[in-house]
Amino acid sequence: MTSVISISNLAKHYQVPEREAGLAAAAKGLFKRTYKTVKAVDGISFEIQPGEVVGFLGPNGAGKTTTLKMLSGLLHPTEGELSVLGYQPAKRNHDYLRRITLVMGNRNQLSWDLPALDSFDLQRAIYGIPMDEFKRTRDEFIELLDLKDLVQKPVRNLSLGERMKMEIVGALLHKPKILFLDEPTLGLDVTMQKRIRSFIAEYNKRYDATVLLTSHYMADVEALCKRVIVIHHGQLLFDGNLSSLKEKFSAFKTISFDIDNPTQDFSQFGDVIAMDGLHVTLRVPKEKTSAVTTQLLSQLAVDDLTVESTPIEDVIESVFSVKKEAME
Amino acid sequence: MRRYIDFYITSMKMAVIEQWQYPVANYFYMIGMIAEPVIYMVVWSAVATQQGGEVGGYTPGAFAAYYIVWTLVRSMNVVFTPYGWEWRIRQGQLSMSLMRPIHPLHNDVAFFAGWKVVVITLWIPLALALSLFFKPDLHPTLLDGIVFFFAIWFAYLIRTMTLSLLGMVTFWTTRVSALFELYFAAELVLSGRLVPLSLMPEWVQRLAWFFPFRWAFGYPIEALIGNMPVRDLLIGLGMQVAWIIFGAAAVSLVWKVAIRRFSAVGG
Repeated sequence: MTSVISISNLAKHYQVPEREAGLAAAAKGLFKRTYKTVKAVDGISFEIQPGEVVGFLGPNGAGKTTTLKMLSGLLHPTEGELSVLGYQPAKRNHDYLRRITLVMGNRNQLSWDLPALDSFDLQRAIYGIPMDEFKRTRDEFIELLDLKDLVQKPVRNLSLGERMKMEIVGALLHKPKILFLDEPTLGLDVTMQKRIRSFIAEYNKRYDATVLLTSHYMADVEALCKRVIVIHHGQLLFDGNLSSLKEKFSAFKTISFDIDNPTQDFSQFGDVIAMDGLHVTLRVPKEKTSAVTTQLLSQLAVDDLTVESTPIEDVIESVFSVKKEAME
Repeated sequence: MRRYIDFYITSMKMAVIEQWQYPVANYFYMIGMIAEPVIYMVVWSAVATQQGGEVGGYTPGAFAAYYIVWTLVRSMNVVFTPYGWEWRIRQGQLSMSLMRPIHPLHNDVAFFAGWKVVVITLWIPLALALSLFFKPDLHPTLLDGIVFFFAIWFAYLIRTMTLSLLGMVTFWTTRVSALFELYFAAELVLSGRLVPLSLMPEWVQRLAWFFPFRWAFGYPIEALIGNMPVRDLLIGLGMQVAWIIFGAAAVSLVWKVAIRRFSAVGG
């Protein structure tokens, strides 16, 4: 299958002026400026197939948004090859822009003072969508996101979550084949996050769209992405299935239980990571989970024992720390 | 082409609806704006009266006509300011505009064109009130009116181009307010905004010919009030068209270089 997104040794470097604090340094800077090269993205390569939903993960400043901006044509790469749907994004060909969308959780394109319906109409005109197709798509999305009662209210009167849903509708009216989603659920409550996730999943299924998603909410990633790409300091750390990421980097499991006598020492079973009244949580090496569980059940009077995999947040954190050690 | 027409109509329609949400704010803005020409009008009318009824061919009635038309031309001259470029880059608004398959300048032109429709509507009662009070000496011919109609829209386009060019300096450096102030000072003197250009020294009038300011301000006013020969009217329109073409070409050229420098700061 031909890749829809193909990146090879992609890099974006910035020249950032730097100087010491103080008057003398400021005066010196008038005559001689020094610059530091910041490698926001430093030689990453990956390919994405049509219809894939890929989680693009990394801590703040890892280079995720810079990569998305290069993919969407907002930034010119410093080095490397980049092809999306056969286009070079930096040329910002209008046919290319009609086939993609970029949703940024903290940006908006809707008119603040008008109902979203007016902004949707402007999107129709910008993208040259035929009127009947526009109405069909708009109504379909409004129904999917349950926005019927809100589209006639001025955007300024909507809640953050309602606005975000409107933004997503506006960004997808032209039915793009590629979605670059940068923190689409940022700042939203759990219900709203869930709604947006299910909408993205439905859009992906209906239109066979390819989605590259960044999010700090691992629930987004777990619900939508089979594959994840992890970057840190602009470099690729991991590219593969979410399940193999968990398998590879999740060395521990957590065992939680209730007990009548919490005063005893549980460290012989594993690391005690929480003790809340009668409730105890232990972290144990994955391969010792069965043995420790058996010991707990046979040696102590425990109730409600549960064994859980390491939360994905912790897995990702261990990816970063493993790589950091390798880098140092 | 049809897509662009549809875009302009839709965008202008949105701007009209949006601006009508705040008619009082728009009115206060316009009332604030007429303070400047009213001061000029009062001062020059007093000077004309003291000098035996006219200054350089301008009677108090001619000054009144000049500065009342001035208010409309000034309103047509309001475009996206160079200061706004820094704001739109910082806020990430430019990033969102760049994602659309249409040049961001079309957004600016269409939006402010829609706003002009509201401004012109609000201007009419203000102009009537000023006319009742200051009794302008204004007798345009049909041709003057037609030329004026095109001239104010061309003036709008010239100023959009020149201020966009100036705003794009922001791609190179964000500390550009000194440059903007210099530009606005030159515009004040060479446009006919401060005083009709025919009252300025000969060398200023000659210099003004070679800059866009006059064609975006003084010329449309003179076209309506000034008994200009047909030849001069047409030369003026020709100069406006030339500046629009030159401005559009310059914007297009600078944009290509500037956008490579865009680092999508803050958005």
